[in-house]
Parts: sequence; structure tokens; C-alpha cells
Amino acid sequence: MKLTKVLVLILTLCLMVVTFAHAGKDLDAVKSKGFIQAGVNGGVFGFGMPDEKGVWKGLDVDTARAVAAAIFGDADKVKFTPLTAQQRFTALQSGEIDLLTRNATRTLSRETQLGLNFVAVNYYDGQGFMIPKNLGVKSAKELDGATVCVLPGTTTEQNAADFFRNNKMAWKPVVIESTTELAKTFFAGRCDVLTSDASQLAGTRAIAPNPKDYIILPEIISKEPLAPAVRHGDDQFRDIVDFSVLAMINAEELGITSQNVDEMLKSTDPVVQRFLGVSPGNGAALGLDEKWVYNIIKQVGNYGEVFERNVGVNTTLGLERGLNALWTNGGLMYSPPFK
Amino acid sequence: MKQSDIPTGSGSSPSAVPFWRDAGKRALVFQLAALLIVAGTCYYLFSNTQANLERQSIATGFGFLDKEASFEIAESVIAYSAADTYRKALLVGALNTLKVSFIGIILTTILGTFIGIARLSSNWLISRLSGMFIEVMQNIPVLLQLFFWYAIFYEAFPSPRQALNPFNGVFLCNRGLIFAIPEAHAAYPAMAWTFLIILVIGWFLNRWGYRRQELTGQAFPALRITAAAAILLPLGVWFLYGTPTAMNVPVLRGFNFQGGLTVSPEFSALLLGLVLYTSAFVAEIVRAGIQSISRGQIEAAMAIGLRPGRVLQLVVLPQALRVIIPPLTSQMLNLTKNSTLAIAIGYADFVAVTNTTINQTGQAIEGVALIMIVYLFFSLSTSVFMNWYNKRMALVER
Repeated sequence: MKLTKVLVLILTLCLMVVTFAHAGKDLDAVKSKGFIQAGVNGGVFGFGMPDEKGVWKGLDVDTARAVAAAIFGDADKVKFTPLTAQQRFTALQSGEIDLLTRNATRTLSRETQLGLNFVAVNYYDGQGFMIPKNLGVKSAKELDGATVCVLPGTTTEQNAADFFRNNKMAWKPVVIESTTELAKTFFAGRCDVLTSDASQLAGTRAIAPNPKDYIILPEIISKEPLAPAVRHGDDQFRDIVDFSVLAMINAEELGITSQNVDEMLKSTDPVVQRFLGVSPGNGAALGLDEKWVYNIIKQVGNYGEVFERNVGVNTTLGLERGLNALWTNGGLMYSPPFK
Repeated sequence: MKQSDIPTGSGSSPSAVPFWRDAGKRALVFQLAALLIVAGTCYYLFSNTQANLERQSIATGFGFLDKEASFEIAESVIAYSAADTYRKALLVGALNTLKVSFIGIILTTILGTFIGIARLSSNWLISRLSGMFIEVMQNIPVLLQLFFWYAIFYEAFPSPRQALNPFNGVFLCNRGLIFAIPEAHAAYPAMAWTFLIILVIGWFLNRWGYRRQELTGQAFPALRITAAAAILLPLGVWFLYGTPTAMNVPVLRGFNFQGGLTVSPEFSALLLGLVLYTSAFVAEIVRAGIQSISRGQIEAAMAIGLRPGRVLQLVVLPQALRVIIPPLTSQMLNLTKNSTLAIAIGYADFVAVTNTTINQTGQAIEGVALIMIVYLFFSLSTSVFMNWYNKRMALVER
């Protein structure tokens, strides 16, 4: 019957639109599932990408692993969902993932209008420009009239527009959805400039046919504090994610690494004792096992280790610590006390 | 629900038939129930979504349309800057979609018809070549074709500083095809208006000529007269305005050409990909349409002394179009819908702009709803027009 068909069609359509049916507290849901579903990038080297064996690697991946170590005592109890820049917030809102660690910039509008809570920053980034050396440009202020390759679905489009407007320069964006296709277009010379977060530019330059032909201009035109995010509505889960990131930073500050964490358990310093759960309290306060920090450091490492392993100077990306150094070394990484 | 062929029973002793045995009333009850279920389900889904969004404190509504878009769009038919609203940005995207679909549909129809006729040619080479074109184009996914053409545009052409300059004022580089256009002058709008007015007059002239031929048998060459006037009169207007010849010539300044008109590689690649892909299907439709006319009719028309052009115009086309138009309509809709692949090669169509909007405002449901409404509108208007044309073209049974 024709009417039945129409009815079924309408119902299916409506159901496809509505995907907002999830119930229960996030932490309870995660615990009963037995693992964390984390949304990651999937295509950015050093932050979230599977290696040739299919094992997920990266700074964001390790952040999610740290949360798993804190909750389950096992950093491997996490499954990864690769998401595009456009899918990521919807995936978190709809409950498809529990935790978003996908180089997302914390902004006011995202925090308020998307129903998200960002936690402690795990990478301080900023938007920059990459340009072929032979164009002879030394500063981003000389880019009047340039054609610029931009990745959509990020704060990048807006930052670039703001920068050119503010400096009264004309420009033309070329906006292509796929990161790899965009890079190919740029290397072929369709654009004069490629703009993105500086960390991603370094990653893109690493895969250039001839990396030495490209320079990253000195100007950083935006602040991009990249932070993990959770949904509104479960403060306990939010605290756990927040302090899992902070625990890695604090561990670096206290000189605790995955190598020496077992010896550190015997430390007489009350701060270290409290931090590692030798003198209990912190774990109970978060609703976790008292060994949660120990598990993070033992299985994932402190922030410095994670940084050097994934994006540091000895990796393909070769990034300096810069803003991401500890506050004691002139960076921005600072953890509140664990007490 | 067809009711016409069911006896309603209202004619013979209505009081004897209870309403549940009255097919007409029963159908009414069923339809009401169906309507209620649909409305109820939609209400439930809508309110559920609304409540969930509110609970998660996610912004809803179309208020964002009036906020500043603050992102740039590469090409636009109307003036646009990052300081304009989302509403304007979305309009720019919709116009870009319309631009590529409109030009695409016209080119596809022309190229498809041409290849379809060539496929039937008695010349072995021409017929096989067009056969090959159809097979190749139909069987390669259109997205791959887009990537291919786009790669050709940015890989094969040089950078602006080494731009090819085949003619004076025309430059070809990986920023696109840039050519000189006449400097704005009052003469050009006047010429355009003259042209339009002549077209309208020509249409009436043609109708009058047709009627006169029906009455008196005397033909009137309305088409030729209109064509001549459409060329000569605007030229006359141009002379009247004192033959303005100033040109807006593109000049290389800094990174890129300034001035002139630019056809971007993204637009060209998208247009080329869509036209070649769709015209292969159109060619097959045209071929099938022409072949649906029996050979005998053409021979009979020639036997009464009609020239080949008149045979096509008076005998073949009126019947073939009836077969061609409905599937042609769906190919046009396909082209419009396939134009959403623009996002893969960086052309700022409606979907691309909406995606950016969704990302900046986070209002995915509203954005997706807008996409659905706009494409539904494009598709429905295309099919309404084509249905109207089809009705006009359908054979009138006598």
C-alpha cells in the first residue's frame, strides 16, 4: 500500500534525524561497559593515528589511555573512534563516544553552546602559516592577495579570516575536506600558503615531497589550547578526566617517570606519598582506586615522556616543548596541588 | 488510497449499512488514524529532540543566522565578506550551487544530445567513438572523475608568475582561467535589455507566423528575422553609446592576478566532471528516444518530400521528446545532487558553506535541516518545470 510506504519512509527519516537518546551517568555507563570509547583524530601524526600495525599512537591517544588507566587500572581498556573535525562534537553530544581527545580547541562558544566541558589543556597550540621558500616571504603580514589552503570544520577558517581582515589584506581560501587531499593540493602549488595549527603544519611538512622547500612563518595568529572534552552532566567523570591529564603534568614536575615510579612509592616526601596514593585520600575523593595515579604513570608515563614519545624533537614531527614545557621551565604546563 | 472503484453503498438504503462495513467511511477512518500516527510520531520525535538538546544545554533555533559569519568564501556571485551574516554566507553557497547546476544542466543537455545523435551516426568511427565515451564516462565513479580533473588543473598548469598567455588578456595558471572583461559601461546593460526585448518580440512573432501558416499556408521566417535582429540591434545600441572599448585587463600583482574575470580550477573541475559524467547518461537517453521512433515513419516523411531537418523537427522530435524528457529530468536532478561532491575539491557550494556554519555554531540539526530543505526546493522546482514542459510536449491524442 502506498500510504504504508510513505509512513515507513517518514518514520525512518525522523529516526535518522534524532540520535539523542542516551541515558544514565557517563561514568556508570563507562564502568558497566568495561571500556572507554574515545574520539580521536585518526589522521594526524603524533596526535592520533594508527601505526602500520594498527596500534593507535599519539598524544591524544595517550591522554585517553591515561583516563582508562585511572578508571580501570588498565590503559588498554579504551577503544578509539576516528572522527573528522565536523563529526567530533556531534559524536560526543549524541553519546557515541564518552570522551573526546581530538586536538579540539577550547572556546567560549563551544563550551556554552555545544553542551561540552573542556578539561585541562594537553597541548598549547597556535595557528601558523607554511609557505614555499622560493616565494621569498618572511612574514605573514606580506601575504596580501595570497591564496590560502584551509582545512574546514576547525577554528582555522575563522582565525585566518580574522587575521586577514584585521591586517586589511585580501585573500582567497581553498577549503578542502580531506587533510591528505588538501596537502597534495598545496604541494602542487594551487595555494601559496597552507594554514593550520603549527603542530599540524609540522606534521604536514614531514610528508612533503621535499620538506626543506617549505618554511613555517614566525607569526602565530591564534591561541589554540587543545583540551579533552566530555559532555555536560556528569561532574565526577569530568573531574576524573581533568585530573588524569593533570596527574601526568604533576608527575613530570615531581620527577616521577614510568621508569622510577616503583621506587618513588617508597619516597618519604609527603607530597609524593599523597600523589601516588601511598597516603590515601585522593582516589576516594574521585571515586577511584587509590593507585590511580600510579597506574597512569606506570602504564602511560608522565607528560614529558608522552610528549617526547609522540611529538618531541626526536620524532618525525620534531617539535620543541615551547609553550608546553612545565611552568618551572618557562612553559604553561601547571598542575594544581594534589591534596 | 483509491476509492473511486469501490462502491460506497451510500446510494442504496444507507441506514441498513453500519459504518464499519461502509468502505468509504472505513477508508476515511483508516486515513485519519494514519495521519494521527504520523503526526504523533513526528511530535514525539521533535519534542524528544528538543528536550534532549535542552538537557545537554545545546543551543537550538535559527537565531545564529543573523550572527556574523566571520569566515571567507572563495567565490561568490554576490558581494560577500567575512563581516556578513551566516544568512548571507548560506545564500552565497546556495547561489554557487545554483550556478554550477544551471550551467551544468545546459552544457549536459547540449553535449548529451550531440553524443546521443553521434552514437546513431552511420559513420563507423563517430559512432564507436561516442560509444566509447559513453562507456568510459558512465562507468567511472563521478568522485574519481572530479579528483582527476582537479588534479589536472592544479598539477598541469604553472604558477601565476609563469602563467600561460595564449591570447592577449587571457591567462591560464593553477589559479584558474583569468581573462579580460569589458570595463563597466552604461552601454552593456542597455545591450542586454535590447537583446531580451527582441527575444520576447521574437517569441510572439514566431507564434503569429505559425498561426498565419496554419490559416494561409504561407510560411514566415520568424526565427531568422529574430536571430538577425538579436545580433544586429544590440550592436547598434553599442554604436549609439559611442563604441566603448575599455577593457578590465588582469595584471599580475604580488601573489595573484588582479582585475579581469577568474574561473577557478575548483569550479571548472566540478563543472567538467559533472557535465562529462551526466552527459554520458543523457546521450543514452537521447539515443533511446530517437530509436523509439519506427523507421517507417521517417521513411514516410521523406517520401512526402520533407527535408531531413524538417523530418527531425516535425516527425521525430515531437515523439522522441516524449520518451526523452522524464528520464532527462532525473538526470538533471542527479547533476544537482552530485554537485554536493564539491566539498571534496574545495568548491564553496551550499553543503560546504553549511558544514562550516555547523562547525562554527555547533547547530547540526538546523544546518542539516537547511540542506534538506534547499535541495528539496531545487529538486522540486526542477521537476515542476520539467513536468510542465513534458505536458506541453506530450502527444495530444486526436
